[in-house]
Amino acid sequence: MDFTLHVWRQPGPKAEGKMATYPVKDISPDSSFFEMMDMVNYHLLVKGEEPIALDYDCLEGICGNCSLMINGIAHGPEPGTTTCQLHMRSFKDGDHIYVEPWRAKAFPVIRDLVVDRSAFDRILQAGGFVSVNTGGAPDANAIPISKEEADLSMDAAQCIGCGACVASCKNASAMLFVGAKVAQFAHLPQGKAERTRRVLQMIEVMDKEGFGNCTNFHECEAVCPKEISVEFISEMNREYLRASIVSK
Amino acid sequence: MQLDAKIPAGSLTEKWDNYRENQKLVNPANKRKFKVIVVGTGLAGASAAATLAELGYQVDCFCFHDTPRRAHSIAAQGGINAAKNYQNDGDSIWRLFYDTVKGGDFRSREANVYRLAQVSNNIIDQCVAQGVPFAREYGGTLANRSFGGAQVSRTFYARGQTGQQLLLGAYSALCRQIGLGAVKMHARHEMLDLVVVDGFACGVIVRNLFNGDIERYSAHAVVLATGGYSNVFYLSTNAKACNVTAAYRAFKKGALFANPCYTQIHPTCIPAHGPQQAKLTLMSESLRNDGRIWVPKKAGDKRKPMDIPEDERDYYLERKYPSFGNLAPRDISSRSARDVCNEGRGVGETGRGVYLDFRDAIQRLGEDVIRQRYGNLFQMYQKITAEDPYKTPMRIYPAPHYTMGGLWVDYELMSNLPGLFVIGEANFSDHGANRLGASALMQGLADGYFILPYTITNFFASVKPPLVSVNHEEFNKAETVVKDKIKRLLSIRGNQPSRMFHRELGKLMRDYCGMARNEAGLKKCLQEIPAIREEFWKHAIIPATNEQLNITLERAGRVADHLEFAELMCYDALDRDESCGAHFREEHQTAEGEAVRNDADYCYVSAWEFKGVGEPPVLHKESLQYESVQLAVRSYK
Repeated sequence: MDFTLHVWRQPGPKAEGKMATYPVKDISPDSSFFEMMDMVNYHLLVKGEEPIALDYDCLEGICGNCSLMINGIAHGPEPGTTTCQLHMRSFKDGDHIYVEPWRAKAFPVIRDLVVDRSAFDRILQAGGFVSVNTGGAPDANAIPISKEEADLSMDAAQCIGCGACVASCKNASAMLFVGAKVAQFAHLPQGKAERTRRVLQMIEVMDKEGFGNCTNFHECEAVCPKEISVEFISEMNREYLRASIVSK
Repeated sequence: MQLDAKIPAGSLTEKWDNYRENQKLVNPANKRKFKVIVVGTGLAGASAAATLAELGYQVDCFCFHDTPRRAHSIAAQGGINAAKNYQNDGDSIWRLFYDTVKGGDFRSREANVYRLAQVSNNIIDQCVAQGVPFAREYGGTLANRSFGGAQVSRTFYARGQTGQQLLLGAYSALCRQIGLGAVKMHARHEMLDLVVVDGFACGVIVRNLFNGDIERYSAHAVVLATGGYSNVFYLSTNAKACNVTAAYRAFKKGALFANPCYTQIHPTCIPAHGPQQAKLTLMSESLRNDGRIWVPKKAGDKRKPMDIPEDERDYYLERKYPSFGNLAPRDISSRSARDVCNEGRGVGETGRGVYLDFRDAIQRLGEDVIRQRYGNLFQMYQKITAEDPYKTPMRIYPAPHYTMGGLWVDYELMSNLPGLFVIGEANFSDHGANRLGASALMQGLADGYFILPYTITNFFASVKPPLVSVNHEEFNKAETVVKDKIKRLLSIRGNQPSRMFHRELGKLMRDYCGMARNEAGLKKCLQEIPAIREEFWKHAIIPATNEQLNITLERAGRVADHLEFAELMCYDALDRDESCGAHFREEHQTAEGEAVRNDADYCYVSAWEFKGVGEPPVLHKESLQYESVQLAVRSYK
């Protein structure tokens, strides 16, 4: 298959960026998107040009490292799929493909398609945990948790921290990401002791990092590679409301 | 060099208790005075960094990803073993221990494995307390499933994403310590050298991947949790960035590398599609709970799988190993798949594949149950192959997956260099010549949460290591070596991406030092690897900017190390003139193609000492003493 790629090139965090055009030829439809990008970079290198900087690693849709806006959609056209699991068979021969980085104030571009997502880490450092030291935990079966609750917690916990939710939100909101973490613990007895401070602290950092608010467009859910539900945003809002009242 | 494993006195069941009763402690006020460097933030590194910080040590933690949560532990699918015996099916600490020793084909250290089985239960408790959402039964208790090499159900899981959930648990503990200021996290920093002063490991040289700065850090102890080296094979199930660099550079600084030839080829991966392939994808072993593996009886049978009648199918694992069937251990399942493909009975376009068929399970349990158990795995398979495994059997083929070998450590998980601790996949200690499924997560977390925090404390209290200044001459020297290497890489004016040399190396290693090895093939490797290395240093192409993010340079440095390290694997595979576990020397097999071990001559750990690039390494042996277990022929028939 042959394609024409239009790729965002930006040499550094402070440099100006622009779109550059590269033709690619003879790509197998079974190639993954990054195997195709490898070919592009191969030709750039051989020509003595700088290869396109991009993040990817596991190629199994689980590490959350890959982050491309493809034709204006985070992680490209296939629903529930990370870029690294996208295959060229999802495109038509001769297609023009536009590749851009995540764009959000809280995710500054480092180079080309690589952005800094450390704001997510800082949100989790504020409360995305159960404060339990190693050792002395009770027997794992000591507290029964219904299958339904455990499953809901797992639905939320699947988040891979890629940031597609932020990139596709017009407000660059991180509420799906934060909501998923808050909800994971809200469905477990282990999360109850800290539920008030957790949600308050995480949201405080989320706001400080420059993420916007949710205005119910649900773009985040539509692009989330793990198909995490916006229900968890509602749940976070309820947790937040409750916490705001009881902490007064 | 005399290798002392420092195994504590007493009977097998008492050794770990004896150790803890007799170890030295550091009082809480003094803990603050000790600095620890942890390199790597997978299960072992993140759990260790968090736990050491909880105890009060000052921790500097490094990872080359943008955030600690990207470490490749995240991709482990199936589960984690523990001897809880919640299923009342006859499990016990002893049985988990025995299965692991037997699974490793009697080439692991008894005392280490027993301790691993002992702490396995604490891991599950700890993870549940952290809020890891394991699968549960309707009554609210934890669910289990079965994995290869065991006849009990002892595997805990979180759908097909157990590694992700356990890593996020450890990462959450790490986040908490970072937030509290107890861990200083250095993301996008890659370790490029270990600094050794007077025989003590006392710091690291790292490269800041954002801007190319070379930075120095010193500490009272250095912990490597840098994973395995399967990517020496180029095509493996490991993430693209996984590499041997940290461990290999420690080896070059005098740490011994143990059993490098023990590499696991996982039986259930999606077959390769063609030359542009960048990586192979694992399909969890848990699928073998319900999937049946088969090939056509007739060679060259090109019919669609559904058109092949029952009596013309060969369920070869069930036929050859009736008591374990499709749950035969990984090394045995992989070799069987290779054998049937060599007979011309492989399936798919390339002929390198076997069927993993869920037809019977779907008939027995219904599609919904199968979807609940394996939904995300089926979806992943469908995304990659564009085939629907609910309707047509999966095609699978073995792929390099895990490395049992690693830096040599004693019972305290310390290498022969005092102050250098090695945990998780990066060490060699617990899996012998073959690892059983769901045991890697167990070992990584055991080391990080429950073993290292004790043994490193004993080291601090009894040895009282010095804190060396980063201006020490050895730091200068190490930094110069690192900078020179980068300069040399940037000065190559070739025309081939480093990936091409890596691919060539990988093919060579898969062909001659992979699932099966023989003397001639290994000698061929030893001849050809230096030639590929030479080509690399002449013809690689790397953009010449060091002062900012340069991913091509990062990768080239790792390829350069793989190109040196591969030789070490071959030397080890050549020396070990027996078949054991995943190390299959074709010269040593039964008429039925089973491995033949040689306990009289090879019941030892091979620990190799670096002597120079291109020079043969020197072998040191740690003899393996089996006091509680009888060395037996490993049978799964």
